[in-house]
Amino acid sequence: MKAVVWHGTNDVRVERMPDPGIVNPRDAIIRITTTAICGSDLHLLDGFIPTMKSGDILGHEFMGEVVDVGKGNTSLQVGDRVVVPFTIACGRCFFCERQLWSACDNSNPNAWMAEKLYGFSGSGLFGYSHMMGGYAGGQAEYARVPFADVGPIKIPDSLTDEQALFLSDILPTGYMAAENCSITAGDTVAVWGCGPVGQMAIVSALLLGAERVIAIDDVPERLRMAMSHPGVTTIDLSTADVFDTLKTMTGGRGPDACIDAVGLEAHGTTADAYLDEAKTKVFLATDRSAALRQAIHACRKGGTVSIPGVYGGFIDKVPFGAAFAKGLTLKMGQTHVMRYLRPLLERIERGDLDPSFVITHRVALEDAPAAYRAFRDKRDGCIKVVMKPNGRVH
Amino acid sequence: MADGLHGTRCMRPHVNVNTAERWASALGGAAIAAAGVRRFFDADRAAGSLIGAAGAALIWRGATGHCHMYEAAGVSTARDGDTRAHLSGDRGVNVEELVTIARTPYELYQRWREFDWLPRVIPGLLAVERMGTNQSRWIARGPGGYRVEWTAEIINEIPPELIAWRTSEPSDLVSAGSVQFTSAPGGRGTTVRVRLQYDPPGGKVGAAIAWLTGSSPAQRVREGLRRFKQLMETGEIATSASNARMAGDAR
Repeated sequence: MKAVVWHGTNDVRVERMPDPGIVNPRDAIIRITTTAICGSDLHLLDGFIPTMKSGDILGHEFMGEVVDVGKGNTSLQVGDRVVVPFTIACGRCFFCERQLWSACDNSNPNAWMAEKLYGFSGSGLFGYSHMMGGYAGGQAEYARVPFADVGPIKIPDSLTDEQALFLSDILPTGYMAAENCSITAGDTVAVWGCGPVGQMAIVSALLLGAERVIAIDDVPERLRMAMSHPGVTTIDLSTADVFDTLKTMTGGRGPDACIDAVGLEAHGTTADAYLDEAKTKVFLATDRSAALRQAIHACRKGGTVSIPGVYGGFIDKVPFGAAFAKGLTLKMGQTHVMRYLRPLLERIERGDLDPSFVITHRVALEDAPAAYRAFRDKRDGCIKVVMKPNGRVH
Repeated sequence: MADGLHGTRCMRPHVNVNTAERWASALGGAAIAAAGVRRFFDADRAAGSLIGAAGAALIWRGATGHCHMYEAAGVSTARDGDTRAHLSGDRGVNVEELVTIARTPYELYQRWREFDWLPRVIPGLLAVERMGTNQSRWIARGPGGYRVEWTAEIINEIPPELIAWRTSEPSDLVSAGSVQFTSAPGGRGTTVRVRLQYDPPGGKVGAAIAWLTGSSPAQRVREGLRRFKQLMETGEIATSASNARMAGDAR
């Protein structure tokens, strides 16, 4: 099969790889109809993520048709059309039973690697380094999906691939970020970062009853996209003082909740490695944690800072005193995708939202390397790229 | 120092000379070999070679702990199977690992007692063969790729709470261990605690090297417990292999 394969920093190629097959009883094999490039994939391209190996297949946002099912899997059948969550969960452990799917105990075969860094390991992820399980990703013609009786959700024919695809990651991620804000009527929510996850957080906050969303970024087309939703105002951080503007916009009180959809993905396997990396990339590192610092600083007293943006190691100069003094609530973490699949699918079916609005580029799998570069450099107004590995459009 | 001599235990042939005797052998052999070398250079090459060879043989006997004459005579002065002698005090290496599994103590005890799953979950363990109710034969890939074999004997068993074992002759390593199944508080499954003591091939230095290179018994026990949990909770062992062939290669 053809797949998008990582070979090193800035070296992503489309290559022939061995076809996947059933290994464990609860597996399924998916023939991928639509897949996407995620913002977090860029940090693989940039070589930020440790424990990547040359030959790893990328991609963790994908959907398609079931073409083979393990004999221990009774929930899927060949021919089912499914979206696959980017987190892999067994459905049986302490954490899965408590709906903490991204904390699954049993789906990361390389848990020991993550334990060295975090004390405990989260669930396995598709196409996102060996520390996260070393699973082949979904920017390919086919993928093996472990514990496929737990994760994949069947999609009705009334929806297109593009309407359903983002159930795999960015929609539940943005939704969980908004849910973590415990929004009540009249609330103002400020969102740092108007990339795909930020956009999903914005529409989710509105769905959950926010009076107003203030979107913060410095990329014009991303601010324009945010502004296309009623109830959204924007701050261009390249021209305005974010704290002062937010304070003015909220009558001197500050936003009720702040969402950091930027993150800081400069990972390291150890404190030393991380610090070294941060030191060599001082500009990038300070730029990025600035979003979190600003969010904590700007949030109103007793408010919530919700962090869907990914953090990997240690961050400098977090204004913890401000968080304490104001009695803030901080909520974060990898998305418990399975918790949101059904309710969000129902919302898409009802027409409450159509997440396909973020798509700006549709390319063939062969064009993935060029698409990665355009996305990274924010060229051609690139916000979200989708690919059709099997050339069939739903 | 004694650990250094135990270091050869993983290699065939078996140790059949005790520690004190091995030291005497090695030191005496060194003196004789030195004398042989002197004679050799004093131009008495034939006698020098013979004496040197005899010295070398004694050094080898001391270093390996194996005596061919003892073997021929069926004698051994080594205390091979004595786990207490090898593991008491600070002589052995101690490993303790634990994990909580969402199953009852009885389910876990029962599965553990079957042994057949062990090679699937413990890295480097090639086979476990049952030899009657309380004895089993274990074959593993040891440090440096050596094949290591031992016989385990269950010495204490309290269903479904405890299984304790120790190695007995013939064995390439000396080890004792136990597994305990305790109901976790709040009905949250069962805590499985494995304690393992072993006299490592290569002594404590060897254990440190094994730890550094990632094949230590502590890591094996930890990974083994993790996979045992996967097996008991999910019915399968998580793998990132893309297909059955790759899964086979990885084993």
